[in-house]
Amino acid sequence: MQSNQSTELLFELSHAGRRCHRLPACDVPVGDAKTLLPAEELSDAPPLPEVAESDLIRHFVNLSKRNMSIDTNFYPLGSCTMKYNPKRHERLAALPGMANIHPLQTDASSQGMLYMLWEMQNILAEIAGLDAVSLQPAAGAQGELTALLVAAAYFRDRKEPRKRVLIPDSAHGTNPASASIAGFEAVAIKSDARGLVDMDDLKAKLDDNTAAFMITNPNTLGLFDHQIADITKLVHAQGALVYLDGANMNAILGVTRPGDFGVDMMHYNVHKTFTGPHGAGGPGSGPIAVRTHLAPFLPAPQVAKHGDQFHLDYDRPKSIGRVRSFFGNVGILLRGYCYIRTLGPAGLREVTDNAVLNANYLLARLKGAFEVPHGDRCMHEFVASAWGLKREKQISAMDIAKRLLDFGYHAPTVYFPLVVREAMMIEPTETESKETLDAFADTMMKIRDEDADFLHHAPHTLSISRPDEIKAAKEPILRWTP
Amino acid sequence: MPAFYRYPLPNGRGSDFLDVASPRRGFSLSYILNTHADQEAMLHTIGARSVEDLFKNIPDGLRLKRPLRVPPALTEIELQQHIGELCKRNQSADDAVCFLGGGSYDHFIPAVVDVVAARSEYYTAYTPYQAEASQGSLQAFFEYQTLIAQLTGMEVANASLYEGGSAVAESVLMALAIHPDRSRVLVAESVHPEYRRTLGTYLANLPVQIVTLSTPEGFLDPDELRKSVNDNTLCVIVQHPNFFGALEEVEAIGKLCHEKGGLFVVSFDPISLGLLKRPGQYGADIAVAEGQCLGNPMVYGGPYLGIMACRQEFVRKMPGRLVGQTVDRNGKRCWVLTLQTREQHIRREKATSNICTNQGLFALRAAAYLAALGPNGLRETAELCLRKAHYLSGLLKVIPGISLRFDRPFFKEFTVQVPGDVSAWLERLLKAGYHAGLELGRWYPSLHDCITIAVTEKRTRQELDGLASAFHAEIKGM
Ligand SMILES: Cc1ncc(COP(=O)(O)O)c(C=O)c1O
Repeated sequence: MQSNQSTELLFELSHAGRRCHRLPACDVPVGDAKTLLPAEELSDAPPLPEVAESDLIRHFVNLSKRNMSIDTNFYPLGSCTMKYNPKRHERLAALPGMANIHPLQTDASSQGMLYMLWEMQNILAEIAGLDAVSLQPAAGAQGELTALLVAAAYFRDRKEPRKRVLIPDSAHGTNPASASIAGFEAVAIKSDARGLVDMDDLKAKLDDNTAAFMITNPNTLGLFDHQIADITKLVHAQGALVYLDGANMNAILGVTRPGDFGVDMMHYNVHKTFTGPHGAGGPGSGPIAVRTHLAPFLPAPQVAKHGDQFHLDYDRPKSIGRVRSFFGNVGILLRGYCYIRTLGPAGLREVTDNAVLNANYLLARLKGAFEVPHGDRCMHEFVASAWGLKREKQISAMDIAKRLLDFGYHAPTVYFPLVVREAMMIEPTETESKETLDAFADTMMKIRDEDADFLHHAPHTLSISRPDEIKAAKEPILRWTP
Repeated sequence: MPAFYRYPLPNGRGSDFLDVASPRRGFSLSYILNTHADQEAMLHTIGARSVEDLFKNIPDGLRLKRPLRVPPALTEIELQQHIGELCKRNQSADDAVCFLGGGSYDHFIPAVVDVVAARSEYYTAYTPYQAEASQGSLQAFFEYQTLIAQLTGMEVANASLYEGGSAVAESVLMALAIHPDRSRVLVAESVHPEYRRTLGTYLANLPVQIVTLSTPEGFLDPDELRKSVNDNTLCVIVQHPNFFGALEEVEAIGKLCHEKGGLFVVSFDPISLGLLKRPGQYGADIAVAEGQCLGNPMVYGGPYLGIMACRQEFVRKMPGRLVGQTVDRNGKRCWVLTLQTREQHIRREKATSNICTNQGLFALRAAAYLAALGPNGLRETAELCLRKAHYLSGLLKVIPGISLRFDRPFFKEFTVQVPGDVSAWLERLLKAGYHAGLELGRWYPSLHDCITIAVTEKRTRQELDGLASAFHAEIKGM
């Protein structure tokens, strides 16, 4: 039962004189603002809405029902690893002994926090098969930028400034965007017919002006590029670094380690692989791991241990500096730590086994009905295509995505990666059952056979139909006005 | 190699410190639903003999032939005991009264904020790419954007950046997109040192120079700016109130900046806007902030909330997600992510920023917080901070040996000068039950004898009197 009560905008609910939060009377004998600050510094209060507590709660609770979420729906959104978010993490992260710690309080008064972070540095180094970790980046994209800044500093230190970063055309958009901000020219490398790195194109573009090759492995098609050993050999032969976009780590935990397949630097998405909740778009956490020769350039501080005491080590003269204030997205790192501590070594491996099993099962169920251009086996996700359907019946990936919503499934990632036409990128994750996957597959088949015109108008049962995105961009309304 | 590079694992067991882990077990709790029978059935459908078979694309030579060396699994009970032990090794703001600030503050968080953010329809959703299935988040972010615009007096706000430091860096990337022909970035030394470090790091390989303007009197003297600002000035960055707590001459600075055609970037304290003039009222072009104070816990530095607002004319150069209002096919009002051609998933290397995942849940918290306070609550909160900070400064400055370091108007933070070694001071004050303040010498060697103290609306007169007595006792004991 969906309620529309109080779902108008907060500003429309506003009623002068209403109040939710009230403050104690001032208990100190000093004058008011007018006596303490020059008049020209002061303003009237900002024109915020005025709502009562019950208004506010009914508003946000009823609005929340207009969302799909992992806790309510299967969410096979490729590349995003929408796995279940354990509830114990929320409870533990809210403990005052974790939540109420100021980032600049002394090391001696944050030993428990530093212990956890130190453990995370070590655990993430082990899973990566790399030597040193920075927990500072706030999300995957910031991890990419941080690592590329580390690469730039490394080459500057060697007095070999290099200007290019090579990136497969199937890569996520953050890769080239991060390369630009780090001051590099982003050069696209083609994918071959199998969806893997086109080795000829790589060889043609790789030179001694290349700072790094950024690879996503398994890649965004859900394929492990088995050429990886040759690729890293080629890249290293030019003195360049291999960067791994670790968004897909769910596919390889304990099976293979980036450091073992030749990677020099990588980022994690703790909010994906280690189930920090996505929060409708964040926060995330994007730690990076690097080899020893790159460690001096990592951001400061790092957690260090001396005897049985932990401290923040700022004494890092070659460090790139920092990419944000304070330590990092600690609340998400703490959830990741709780997750890894719950699973243990066997559990991490089970995650990957079942993530890959679930994806392959769904692929097997769907491949008769939909094209899957890149083979009939995958890692943790696969990319199906609606190209055939589109030509035959004018049914697009978007139509299928929207219709799935009617059946209570979140849509797959559509139109990404760019190398597949009418792409539908499906990642079930390990926290779904066979029954759920079967029901989803059955629904996909059913939709495939529905009337095209009916699909063009999907969804039919949600609180809204398809929004006019062109109007939104042409005449942008980005805030409410009276 | 420093000790932290490798995980010490005597006999493959867990940690060497504080650990409640039981011996390695044969089970895990990995939230997996597949039973053995399910797995068999699935493998049959796939046509694979074993799960192992599914990994055959990974060359054998690259495979890890041993279990990961991570600590053994813990049940929920054990995990809670373990984290509980860690909590005991932290002295939280509940254990010692918190006067620490510098961008992260012990403000009060109304219960409604936690209740809203605990709705798992919000916190377990992804970025609202499928608008029809995400109207809840989208409307909440549209409300957040509006609330930030109202708060700052700016025309538009985005749906969040990571935090206050990278928000400053992003504002310069944005300025560069607006004025690609300019290259001088002027930043006051009174801006948060970690924000400035972040800025330097982000811009290290881009064609700009950063000029730091010194602030010996605890604020940026407009005359100092006049000497440095020129036709090549891309932007001028100040923080108001600044890192020392003092107010800046924002109006004069904005004017000088605009005379040379530069962009005026201000990093503000959201709570201060209950009282102080809004960035939009004194001519800011881009206003950024750390939004932790808007209903977000301190959690040792993050996740927080990067706030960014700007003039309408610059919106197409803005980083990050924007939610816009539109209509659906039936003409019903609704919300979508919009102006996405600025963003990395469309523009790749030409995007205005690389940001993808942002701080959505914390934008929601800030929206709930601002709605809970309303104009009067925000004003009263700001006024309590202001008055209590002034009360405390009044108590401290009359203690012989202690003085206010700067003679400037301030809001909720102020800087005192003390005799002797500051870190020893802070250590002793912590023993007395106070996280008393920030040791400024960490960032400003010339201010090695200074402490910056932050006072929020939560501090009671008793706590303020208590801290003053503790300072007094220290001076007497010297
Ligand atoms: C393959 C890939 N790389 C990078 C990213 C960027 O990570 P984040 O969103 O955490 O910044 C994503 C996530 O969306 C991704 O899927």
